[in-house]
Amino acid sequence: MKLLTCPINGVRPLSEFVFGGELRDMPPAECSDKEWADYVYNRNGAPGLKKEWWYHSPSGTWFVAERDTLTDNVARTYLYEQEGAQ
Amino acid sequence: MPLRLLKYALSKEYKETRFFRENVTPKKSYDAVIIGGGGHGLAAAYYLAKDHGITNVAVLEKGYLGGGNTGRNTTIVRSNYLTPEGVNFYDASVKIYEGLSEELDINLFYSTRGHFTLAHTESAMRTMRWRAEVNKHVGVDSYVVGPDEISKACPQLDISCSGHAPILGALYHGPGSVARHDAVAWGYARGADRLGVDIFQSTEVTGIDIKGGKVQGVQTSRGYISTPRVLSAVAGFTPRICKMAGIDTPIVIHPLQACVTEPMKPWLDSILVSGSLHVYVSQSSRGELVMGSSLDPYEVHSTRSSLDFVEGLTSHMLDMFPFLSNVKIVRQWGGMADMTPDFSPIMGKTPVEGFYLDAGWGTWGFKATPISGKTMAATIANDMAPDLIKPFRLSRFEEYELTGEKGAASVGH
Repeated sequence: MKLLTCPINGVRPLSEFVFGGELRDMPPAECSDKEWADYVYNRNGAPGLKKEWWYHSPSGTWFVAERDTLTDNVARTYLYEQEGAQ
Repeated sequence: MPLRLLKYALSKEYKETRFFRENVTPKKSYDAVIIGGGGHGLAAAYYLAKDHGITNVAVLEKGYLGGGNTGRNTTIVRSNYLTPEGVNFYDASVKIYEGLSEELDINLFYSTRGHFTLAHTESAMRTMRWRAEVNKHVGVDSYVVGPDEISKACPQLDISCSGHAPILGALYHGPGSVARHDAVAWGYARGADRLGVDIFQSTEVTGIDIKGGKVQGVQTSRGYISTPRVLSAVAGFTPRICKMAGIDTPIVIHPLQACVTEPMKPWLDSILVSGSLHVYVSQSSRGELVMGSSLDPYEVHSTRSSLDFVEGLTSHMLDMFPFLSNVKIVRQWGGMADMTPDFSPIMGKTPVEGFYLDAGWGTWGFKATPISGKTMAATIANDMAPDLIKPFRLSRFEEYELTGEKGAASVGH
Protein backbone atom coordinates (compact mmCIF):
# COMPACT_ATOMS: atom_id res chain seq x y z
CA MET A 1 0.00 0.00 0.00
CA LYS A 2 1.29 3.44 -0.87
CA LEU A 3 1.55 5.97 1.91
CA LEU A 4 1.49 9.75 2.02
CA THR A 5 2.27 12.08 4.91
CA CYS A 6 -0.44 14.56 5.82
CA PRO A 7 1.18 17.57 7.57
CA ILE A 8 -1.58 17.46 10.24
CA ASN A 9 -2.37 13.75 10.61
CA GLY A 10 0.89 12.07 9.75
CA VAL A 11 1.44 9.00 7.56
CA ARG A 12 -1.79 7.68 6.04
CA PRO A 13 -2.65 5.26 3.22
CA LEU A 14 -2.92 6.89 -0.21
CA SER A 15 -6.58 5.85 -0.45
CA GLU A 16 -7.39 8.59 2.11
CA PHE A 17 -6.09 11.29 -0.23
CA VAL A 18 -7.37 13.12 -3.29
CA PHE A 19 -5.07 14.60 -5.92
CA GLY A 20 -5.74 18.28 -6.57
CA GLY A 21 -3.44 19.01 -9.51
CA GLU A 22 -0.35 21.15 -9.84
CA LEU A 23 0.06 24.22 -7.63
CA ARG A 24 0.21 27.20 -9.98
CA ASP A 25 0.10 30.95 -9.51
CA MET A 26 -2.90 32.75 -10.91
CA PRO A 27 -2.05 35.53 -13.39
CA PRO A 28 -3.02 39.12 -12.47
CA ALA A 29 -6.62 40.15 -13.16
CA GLU A 30 -5.55 42.51 -15.97
CA CYS A 31 -3.83 39.74 -17.97
CA SER A 32 -4.67 39.15 -21.64
CA ASP A 33 -7.19 36.54 -22.81
CA LYS A 34 -4.29 34.47 -24.13
CA GLU A 35 -2.53 34.50 -20.76
CA TRP A 36 -5.77 33.57 -19.02
CA ALA A 37 -6.40 30.66 -21.43
CA ASP A 38 -2.83 29.55 -20.84
CA TYR A 39 -3.48 29.54 -17.08
CA VAL A 40 -6.84 27.77 -17.40
CA TYR A 41 -5.76 24.99 -19.75
CA ASN A 42 -2.03 24.55 -20.23
CA ARG A 43 -0.09 22.41 -17.80
CA ASN A 44 3.50 21.51 -17.25
CA GLY A 45 2.92 17.94 -18.37
CA ALA A 46 6.59 16.94 -18.60
CA PRO A 47 7.86 14.71 -15.80
CA GLY A 48 9.86 16.09 -12.88
CA LEU A 49 9.63 17.41 -9.32
CA LYS A 50 6.41 19.39 -8.98
CA LYS A 51 4.41 21.14 -6.26
CA GLU A 52 0.94 19.68 -6.09
CA TRP A 53 -2.26 20.13 -4.15
CA TRP A 54 -3.36 17.10 -2.17
CA TYR A 55 -6.39 16.70 0.08
CA HIS A 56 -6.64 14.47 3.13
CA SER A 57 -10.28 13.49 2.83
CA PRO A 58 -11.15 12.23 6.36
CA SER A 59 -9.85 15.41 8.03
CA GLY A 60 -10.58 17.92 5.24
CA THR A 61 -6.96 19.09 5.03
CA TRP A 62 -5.59 20.67 1.86
CA PHE A 63 -1.79 20.69 1.70
CA VAL A 64 1.13 20.82 -0.72
CA ALA A 65 3.29 17.87 -1.74
CA GLU A 66 6.54 18.10 -3.66
CA ARG A 67 6.49 14.98 -5.79
CA ASP A 68 8.56 13.69 -8.69
CA THR A 69 6.01 12.62 -11.30
CA LEU A 70 8.54 10.34 -12.99
CA THR A 71 9.54 8.28 -9.93
CA ASP A 72 6.39 8.95 -7.84
CA ASN A 73 8.66 9.81 -4.87
CA VAL A 74 7.37 12.50 -2.52
CA ALA A 75 10.17 14.82 -1.35
CA ARG A 76 8.10 16.63 1.31
CA THR A 77 4.60 17.72 2.27
CA TYR A 78 3.56 20.89 4.08
CA LEU A 79 0.62 23.24 4.62
CA TYR A 80 0.41 25.96 1.95
CA GLU A 81 0.92 28.69 4.55
CA GLN A 82 4.13 27.04 5.71
CA GLU A 83 5.90 27.08 2.34
CA GLY A 84 9.60 27.53 2.89
CA ALA A 85 9.55 25.94 6.36
CA GLN A 86 11.56 22.73 6.31
CA MET B 1 1.76 -23.66 -46.00
CA PRO B 2 2.80 -27.17 -44.94
CA LEU B 3 4.93 -27.44 -48.10
CA ARG B 4 6.72 -24.22 -47.25
CA LEU B 5 7.22 -25.50 -43.76
CA LEU B 6 8.78 -28.69 -45.13
CA LYS B 7 10.98 -26.67 -47.48
CA TYR B 8 12.31 -24.57 -44.60
CA ALA B 9 12.73 -27.64 -42.43
CA LEU B 10 15.02 -29.20 -45.03
CA SER B 11 16.90 -26.02 -45.86
CA LYS B 12 19.68 -24.66 -43.71
CA GLU B 13 18.86 -21.16 -44.80
CA TYR B 14 15.67 -19.39 -43.82
CA LYS B 15 14.77 -17.64 -47.02
CA GLU B 16 11.51 -16.06 -45.97
CA THR B 17 11.79 -12.28 -46.24
CA ARG B 18 11.63 -10.36 -43.00
CA PHE B 19 8.54 -8.39 -42.13
CA PHE B 20 10.34 -5.13 -42.73
CA ARG B 21 13.89 -4.04 -43.41
CA GLU B 22 16.29 -3.69 -40.49
CA ASN B 23 17.46 -0.14 -40.96
CA VAL B 24 20.65 0.66 -39.14
CA THR B 25 21.86 4.11 -40.09
CA PRO B 26 19.48 6.96 -40.81
CA LYS B 27 20.12 9.19 -43.80
CA LYS B 28 21.32 12.73 -43.12
CA SER B 29 18.03 14.22 -44.20
CA TYR B 30 14.39 13.25 -44.74
CA ASP B 31 11.33 15.01 -46.15
CA ALA B 32 9.52 14.15 -42.93
CA VAL B 33 10.42 12.55 -39.62
CA ILE B 34 7.80 10.82 -37.51
CA ILE B 35 8.57 10.43 -33.82
CA GLY B 36 6.88 7.35 -32.41
CA GLY B 37 6.63 3.90 -34.01
CA GLY B 38 3.23 3.01 -32.67
CA GLY B 39 0.09 2.52 -34.70
CA HIS B 40 -0.49 6.23 -35.23
CA GLY B 41 3.05 7.10 -36.32
CA LEU B 42 3.34 4.09 -38.62
CA ALA B 43 -0.10 4.70 -40.12
CA ALA B 44 0.85 8.32 -40.80
CA ALA B 45 4.05 7.11 -42.52
CA TYR B 46 2.10 4.58 -44.57
CA TYR B 47 -0.49 7.10 -45.78
CA LEU B 48 2.18 9.75 -46.41
CA ALA B 49 3.79 7.33 -48.84
CA LYS B 50 0.62 5.81 -50.26
CA ASP B 51 -1.75 8.79 -50.51
CA HIS B 52 0.74 11.61 -51.02
CA GLY B 53 3.78 9.99 -52.61
CA ILE B 54 6.09 11.26 -49.86
CA THR B 55 8.35 8.26 -49.28
CA ASN B 56 11.54 9.88 -48.02
CA VAL B 57 10.28 9.50 -44.47
CA ALA B 58 11.87 8.19 -41.27
CA VAL B 59 9.95 6.74 -38.35
CA LEU B 60 11.92 6.89 -35.09
CA GLU B 61 10.90 4.64 -32.24
CA LYS B 62 12.77 4.75 -28.96
CA GLY B 63 11.68 1.23 -27.96
CA TYR B 64 10.21 -1.36 -30.28
CA LEU B 65 7.33 -1.07 -32.75
CA GLY B 66 3.95 -1.04 -31.05
CA GLY B 67 5.59 -1.30 -27.62
CA GLY B 68 3.88 1.78 -26.23
CA ASN B 69 0.16 2.37 -25.97
CA THR B 70 -0.55 0.46 -29.21
CA GLY B 71 0.34 -2.78 -27.46
CA ARG B 72 -1.15 -1.79 -24.09
CA ASN B 73 -4.75 -0.92 -24.86
CA THR B 74 -7.77 -3.21 -24.69
CA THR B 75 -8.17 -3.26 -28.51
CA ILE B 76 -11.74 -1.96 -28.71
CA VAL B 77 -12.86 -0.18 -31.89
CA ARG B 78 -16.11 1.83 -31.82
CA SER B 79 -17.59 5.15 -32.87
CA ASN B 80 -20.49 5.68 -30.43
CA TYR B 81 -19.21 9.01 -29.19
CA LEU B 82 -21.06 11.99 -27.77
CA THR B 83 -20.15 14.98 -29.95
CA PRO B 84 -20.90 15.02 -33.71
CA GLU B 85 -17.21 15.88 -34.29
CA GLY B 86 -16.10 12.79 -32.37
CA VAL B 87 -18.69 10.46 -33.89
CA ASN B 88 -17.81 11.52 -37.45
CA PHE B 89 -14.11 11.11 -36.82
CA TYR B 90 -14.23 7.69 -35.15
CA ASP B 91 -16.79 6.44 -37.67
CA ALA B 92 -14.34 7.23 -40.46
CA SER B 93 -11.81 5.12 -38.55
CA VAL B 94 -14.18 2.17 -38.14
CA LYS B 95 -14.86 2.23 -41.88
CA ILE B 96 -11.14 1.99 -42.70
CA TYR B 97 -10.64 -0.71 -40.08
CA GLU B 98 -13.31 -2.89 -41.68
CA GLY B 99 -11.23 -3.28 -44.85
CA LEU B 100 -7.80 -2.96 -43.30
CA SER B 101 -6.84 -6.64 -43.05
CA GLU B 102 -7.22 -6.88 -46.78
CA GLU B 103 -5.48 -3.61 -47.54
CA LEU B 104 -2.45 -4.41 -45.36
CA ASP B 105 -2.52 -8.13 -46.26
CA ILE B 106 -2.28 -9.17 -42.63
CA ASN B 107 -4.87 -10.81 -40.45
CA LEU B 108 -5.87 -8.19 -37.90
CA PHE B 109 -8.40 -10.58 -36.30
CA TYR B 110 -10.87 -7.75 -36.75
CA SER B 111 -13.95 -9.11 -35.08
CA THR B 112 -17.26 -7.23 -34.97
CA ARG B 113 -18.90 -8.12 -31.67
CA GLY B 114 -21.46 -5.51 -30.78
CA HIS B 115 -20.73 -3.11 -27.93
CA PHE B 116 -22.94 -2.53 -24.88
CA THR B 117 -22.34 0.50 -22.66
CA LEU B 118 -24.27 -0.48 -19.54
CA ALA B 119 -26.20 2.07 -17.52
CA HIS B 120 -26.86 1.46 -13.85
CA THR B 121 -28.45 4.82 -13.04
CA GLU B 122 -31.12 7.07 -14.55
CA SER B 123 -28.52 9.75 -15.26
CA ALA B 124 -26.38 7.21 -17.12
CA MET B 125 -29.48 6.20 -19.12
CA ARG B 126 -29.96 9.86 -20.09
CA THR B 127 -26.39 10.01 -21.42
CA MET B 128 -27.00 6.78 -23.39
CA ARG B 129 -30.12 8.27 -25.00
CA TRP B 130 -28.21 11.44 -25.80
CA ARG B 131 -25.37 9.48 -27.38
CA ALA B 132 -27.82 7.31 -29.33
CA GLU B 133 -29.51 10.40 -30.80
CA VAL B 134 -26.20 12.03 -31.78
CA ASN B 135 -25.00 8.74 -33.29
CA LYS B 136 -28.20 8.20 -35.28
CA HIS B 137 -28.10 11.79 -36.49
CA VAL B 138 -24.61 11.26 -37.91
CA GLY B 139 -25.59 7.87 -39.36
CA VAL B 140 -23.91 5.56 -36.85
CA ASP B 141 -25.69 2.40 -35.68
CA SER B 142 -26.37 2.95 -31.95
CA TYR B 143 -29.57 2.62 -29.95
CA VAL B 144 -30.73 2.17 -26.39
CA VAL B 145 -31.75 -1.32 -25.29
CA GLY B 146 -33.36 -2.69 -22.13
CA PRO B 147 -32.13 -5.36 -19.70
CA ASP B 148 -33.87 -8.17 -21.63
CA GLU B 149 -31.92 -7.54 -24.80
CA ILE B 150 -28.66 -7.35 -22.84
CA SER B 151 -29.46 -10.69 -21.15
CA LYS B 152 -30.24 -12.23 -24.51
CA ALA B 153 -26.86 -11.18 -25.89
CA CYS B 154 -25.00 -12.10 -22.71
CA PRO B 155 -26.90 -14.63 -20.58
CA GLN B 156 -23.94 -14.99 -18.21
CA LEU B 157 -24.25 -11.39 -17.00
CA ASP B 158 -25.90 -10.88 -13.60
CA ILE B 159 -28.31 -8.07 -14.58
CA SER B 160 -28.74 -7.09 -10.92
CA CYS B 161 -24.93 -6.85 -10.47
CA SER B 162 -25.14 -8.70 -7.14
CA GLY B 163 -28.12 -6.55 -6.21
CA HIS B 164 -26.35 -3.26 -5.61
CA ALA B 165 -26.04 -1.80 -9.11
CA PRO B 166 -28.87 -3.22 -11.23
CA ILE B 167 -28.54 -2.60 -14.96
CA LEU B 168 -31.33 -0.36 -16.26
CA GLY B 169 -30.34 -0.52 -19.92
CA ALA B 170 -27.48 0.07 -22.31
CA LEU B 171 -26.35 1.88 -25.41
CA TYR B 172 -25.94 -0.82 -28.04
CA HIS B 173 -23.46 -0.16 -30.84
CA GLY B 174 -23.45 -2.91 -33.47
CA PRO B 175 -20.16 -2.01 -35.22
CA GLY B 176 -18.20 -2.26 -31.94
CA SER B 177 -15.21 -4.53 -32.61
CA VAL B 178 -11.93 -5.83 -31.32
CA ALA B 179 -8.71 -6.23 -33.31
CA ARG B 180 -5.23 -7.59 -32.78
CA HIS B 181 -3.36 -4.45 -31.81
CA ASP B 182 0.22 -5.59 -32.50
CA ALA B 183 -0.77 -6.61 -36.00
CA VAL B 184 -2.11 -3.12 -36.68
CA ALA B 185 1.33 -1.66 -35.95
CA TRP B 186 3.15 -4.41 -37.85
CA GLY B 187 0.81 -4.16 -40.83
CA TYR B 188 1.29 -0.42 -41.16
CA ALA B 189 5.04 -0.81 -40.62
CA ARG B 190 5.33 -3.38 -43.39
CA GLY B 191 3.11 -1.32 -45.67
CA ALA B 192 5.19 1.81 -45.08
CA ASP B 193 8.46 -0.11 -45.39
CA ARG B 194 7.46 -1.56 -48.74
CA LEU B 195 6.72 1.95 -50.00
CA GLY B 196 10.24 3.05 -49.01
CA VAL B 197 9.78 4.52 -45.54
CA ASP B 198 12.78 3.95 -43.22
CA ILE B 199 11.86 2.65 -39.78
CA PHE B 200 14.35 2.84 -36.90
CA GLN B 201 13.73 1.07 -33.62
CA SER B 202 15.75 1.74 -30.45
CA THR B 203 16.23 5.28 -31.73
CA GLU B 204 15.37 8.04 -29.31
CA VAL B 205 14.77 11.68 -30.16
CA THR B 206 16.70 13.82 -27.70
CA GLY B 207 16.10 17.27 -29.12
CA ILE B 208 14.20 19.21 -31.74
CA ASP B 209 16.10 21.80 -33.74
CA ILE B 210 14.00 24.92 -34.33
CA LYS B 211 15.26 28.13 -35.89
CA GLY B 212 13.13 31.20 -36.59
CA GLY B 213 10.00 29.34 -35.53
CA LYS B 214 10.62 26.58 -38.09
CA VAL B 215 11.63 22.96 -37.65
CA GLN B 216 15.14 22.24 -38.98
CA GLY B 217 15.72 18.73 -37.76
CA VAL B 218 15.85 16.35 -34.84
CA GLN B 219 18.66 15.27 -32.58
CA THR B 220 18.58 11.52 -32.03
CA SER B 221 20.53 8.83 -30.23
CA ARG B 222 21.87 7.95 -33.72
CA GLY B 223 22.92 11.45 -34.68
CA TYR B 224 21.34 14.51 -36.21
CA ILE B 225 18.68 14.22 -38.93
CA SER B 226 17.70 17.32 -40.84
CA THR B 227 14.06 17.64 -41.91
CA PRO B 228 11.52 20.40 -42.47
CA ARG B 229 8.60 18.38 -41.07
CA VAL B 230 8.27 16.51 -37.79
CA LEU B 231 5.23 14.67 -36.50
CA SER B 232 5.08 13.80 -32.82
CA ALA B 233 2.92 10.68 -32.32
CA VAL B 234 4.23 9.52 -28.97
CA ALA B 235 1.16 9.21 -26.71
CA GLY B 236 2.37 9.38 -23.09
CA PHE B 237 5.65 11.00 -24.06
CA THR B 238 3.98 14.01 -25.70
CA PRO B 239 4.75 16.51 -22.90
CA ARG B 240 8.46 15.61 -23.09
CA ILE B 241 8.59 16.06 -26.88
CA CYS B 242 6.53 19.26 -26.69
CA LYS B 243 8.94 20.62 -24.10
CA MET B 244 11.78 20.06 -26.58
CA ALA B 245 9.78 22.05 -29.15
CA GLY B 246 8.84 24.76 -26.63
CA ILE B 247 5.11 24.15 -27.05
CA ASP B 248 2.66 24.36 -24.15
CA THR B 249 -0.24 21.92 -24.10
CA PRO B 250 -2.95 21.01 -21.61
CA ILE B 251 -1.80 17.38 -21.61
CA VAL B 252 -1.14 15.55 -18.34
CA ILE B 253 -0.14 11.92 -18.03
CA HIS B 254 -2.07 9.42 -15.95
CA PRO B 255 -1.43 5.69 -15.98
CA LEU B 256 -4.23 3.54 -17.40
CA GLN B 257 -4.05 -0.10 -16.41
CA ALA B 258 -5.37 -3.29 -17.95
CA CYS B 259 -5.14 -7.03 -17.38
CA VAL B 260 -6.06 -10.40 -18.87
CA THR B 261 -7.31 -13.64 -17.36
CA GLU B 262 -6.19 -17.12 -18.20
CA PRO B 263 -7.78 -18.38 -21.45
CA MET B 264 -11.26 -19.85 -21.36
CA LYS B 265 -13.59 -21.44 -23.89
CA PRO B 266 -15.41 -18.74 -25.85
CA TRP B 267 -18.45 -17.54 -23.91
CA LEU B 268 -18.47 -13.74 -24.17
CA ASP B 269 -19.50 -12.59 -27.65
CA SER B 270 -20.15 -8.91 -26.97
CA ILE B 271 -17.96 -6.14 -25.67
CA LEU B 272 -19.33 -4.94 -22.34
CA VAL B 273 -18.58 -1.61 -20.74
CA SER B 274 -19.86 -0.31 -17.44
CA GLY B 275 -19.25 3.35 -16.73
CA SER B 276 -20.53 3.11 -13.16
CA LEU B 277 -18.55 -0.01 -12.25
CA HIS B 278 -15.44 1.16 -14.14
CA VAL B 279 -15.11 -2.01 -16.21
CA TYR B 280 -14.69 -2.77 -19.88
CA VAL B 281 -14.31 -6.36 -20.97
CA SER B 282 -14.15 -8.47 -24.11
CA GLN B 283 -12.91 -11.97 -24.83
CA SER B 284 -9.89 -12.23 -27.08
CA SER B 285 -9.57 -14.69 -29.92
CA ARG B 286 -7.37 -16.88 -27.72
CA GLY B 287 -9.94 -16.92 -24.93
CA GLU B 288 -8.55 -14.46 -22.41
CA LEU B 289 -10.83 -11.86 -20.91
CA VAL B 290 -9.24 -8.50 -21.72
CA MET B 291 -10.21 -6.00 -19.05
CA GLY B 292 -9.57 -2.41 -18.21
CA SER B 293 -10.68 0.10 -15.64
CA SER B 294 -10.50 3.84 -15.02
CA LEU B 295 -7.41 6.01 -15.02
CA ASP B 296 -5.15 6.13 -12.00
CA PRO B 297 -6.28 9.20 -10.06
CA TYR B 298 -3.02 11.16 -10.16
CA GLU B 299 -0.22 12.09 -12.53
CA VAL B 300 2.61 9.55 -12.94
CA HIS B 301 4.93 9.00 -15.91
CA SER B 302 5.23 5.29 -15.55
CA THR B 303 3.85 2.03 -16.92
CA ARG B 304 3.89 0.27 -13.55
CA SER B 305 0.82 -1.65 -12.50
CA SER B 306 -0.72 -1.79 -9.04
CA LEU B 307 -2.54 -4.17 -6.72
CA ASP B 308 -5.20 -1.51 -6.06
CA PHE B 309 -6.16 -1.60 -9.72
CA VAL B 310 -6.55 -5.33 -10.01
CA GLU B 311 -8.43 -5.59 -6.69
CA GLY B 312 -10.86 -2.86 -7.69
CA LEU B 313 -11.43 -4.16 -11.19
CA THR B 314 -11.92 -7.79 -10.24
CA SER B 315 -14.40 -6.94 -7.47
CA HIS B 316 -16.54 -5.12 -10.04
CA MET B 317 -16.09 -7.95 -12.55
CA LEU B 318 -17.48 -10.33 -9.92
CA ASP B 319 -20.52 -8.08 -9.47
CA MET B 320 -21.22 -8.62 -13.15
CA PHE B 321 -20.03 -12.24 -13.48
CA PRO B 322 -20.00 -14.02 -10.09
CA PHE B 323 -19.04 -17.33 -11.75
CA LEU B 324 -15.58 -15.96 -12.59
CA SER B 325 -14.43 -16.09 -8.97
CA ASN B 326 -11.98 -18.96 -9.60
CA VAL B 327 -10.55 -17.57 -12.83
CA LYS B 328 -7.00 -16.32 -12.55
CA ILE B 329 -5.52 -13.02 -13.65
CA VAL B 330 -2.37 -13.90 -15.54
CA ARG B 331 -1.00 -10.56 -16.57
CA GLN B 332 -1.47 -6.87 -15.78
CA TRP B 333 0.21 -3.76 -17.10
CA GLY B 334 -0.11 -0.01 -17.41
CA GLY B 335 0.12 2.52 -20.21
CA MET B 336 0.67 6.27 -20.06
CA ALA B 337 -2.49 8.05 -21.12
CA ASP B 338 -2.10 11.63 -22.35
CA MET B 339 -5.24 13.30 -21.04
CA THR B 340 -6.75 16.58 -22.30
CA PRO B 341 -9.33 18.73 -20.47
CA ASP B 342 -12.11 17.92 -22.97
CA PHE B 343 -11.23 14.23 -23.55
CA SER B 344 -10.63 14.90 -27.24
CA PRO B 345 -7.32 14.48 -29.05
CA ILE B 346 -4.98 17.26 -30.13
CA MET B 347 -4.24 16.93 -33.83
CA GLY B 348 -2.73 19.14 -36.49
CA LYS B 349 -0.47 22.15 -36.71
CA THR B 350 1.30 23.88 -33.82
CA PRO B 351 2.81 27.35 -33.33
CA VAL B 352 6.12 25.89 -34.62
CA GLU B 353 6.15 25.71 -38.42
CA GLY B 354 6.63 22.14 -39.61
CA PHE B 355 5.95 20.60 -36.20
CA TYR B 356 2.74 18.60 -36.09
CA LEU B 357 1.01 16.98 -33.16
CA ASP B 358 -0.95 13.76 -32.95
CA ALA B 359 -1.59 13.55 -29.22
CA GLY B 360 -4.02 13.68 -26.35
CA TRP B 361 -5.51 10.28 -27.12
CA GLY B 362 -5.92 9.58 -23.47
CA THR B 363 -7.86 6.38 -23.14
CA TRP B 364 -8.99 5.83 -26.73
CA GLY B 365 -6.26 6.14 -29.32
CA PHE B 366 -6.19 2.61 -30.73
CA LYS B 367 -9.56 2.85 -32.44
CA ALA B 368 -8.46 6.07 -34.16
CA THR B 369 -5.27 4.59 -35.61
CA PRO B 370 -6.26 4.41 -39.31
CA ILE B 371 -8.04 7.75 -39.55
CA SER B 372 -5.45 9.60 -37.48
CA GLY B 373 -2.74 8.21 -39.77
CA LYS B 374 -4.67 9.29 -42.83
CA THR B 375 -5.56 12.77 -41.60
CA MET B 376 -2.11 13.48 -40.12
CA ALA B 377 -0.48 12.39 -43.38
CA ALA B 378 -2.72 14.86 -45.21
CA THR B 379 -1.83 17.56 -42.67
CA ILE B 380 1.89 16.97 -43.13
CA ALA B 381 1.65 16.80 -46.93
CA ASN B 382 -0.47 19.96 -47.33
CA ASP B 383 0.59 21.85 -44.19
CA MET B 384 -3.13 22.11 -43.53
CA ALA B 385 -5.42 19.97 -41.40
CA PRO B 386 -8.40 18.30 -43.13
CA ASP B 387 -11.87 19.46 -42.00
CA LEU B 388 -12.43 16.18 -40.16
CA ILE B 389 -9.78 16.99 -37.53
CA LYS B 390 -10.12 20.79 -37.36
CA PRO B 391 -12.22 20.54 -34.17
CA PHE B 392 -9.19 18.86 -32.50
CA ARG B 393 -6.67 21.64 -33.22
CA LEU B 394 -4.34 22.72 -30.41
CA SER B 395 -5.54 26.33 -30.61
CA ARG B 396 -9.09 25.33 -29.59
CA PHE B 397 -8.17 25.89 -25.96
CA GLU B 398 -7.16 29.53 -26.28
CA GLU B 399 -10.21 30.00 -28.52
CA TYR B 400 -12.45 28.38 -25.87
CA GLU B 401 -13.88 25.98 -28.46
CA LEU B 402 -13.48 22.70 -26.65
CA THR B 403 -14.96 19.44 -27.96
CA GLY B 404 -16.35 17.93 -24.76
CA GLU B 405 -16.20 14.17 -25.09
CA LYS B 406 -15.96 13.09 -21.46
CA GLY B 407 -19.50 11.68 -21.46
CA ALA B 408 -18.49 9.10 -24.09
CA ALA B 409 -15.53 7.73 -22.16
CA SER B 410 -15.72 3.99 -21.68
CA VAL B 411 -15.41 4.48 -17.99
CA GLY B 412 -16.23 7.22 -15.56
CA HIS B 413 -13.15 9.37 -15.13
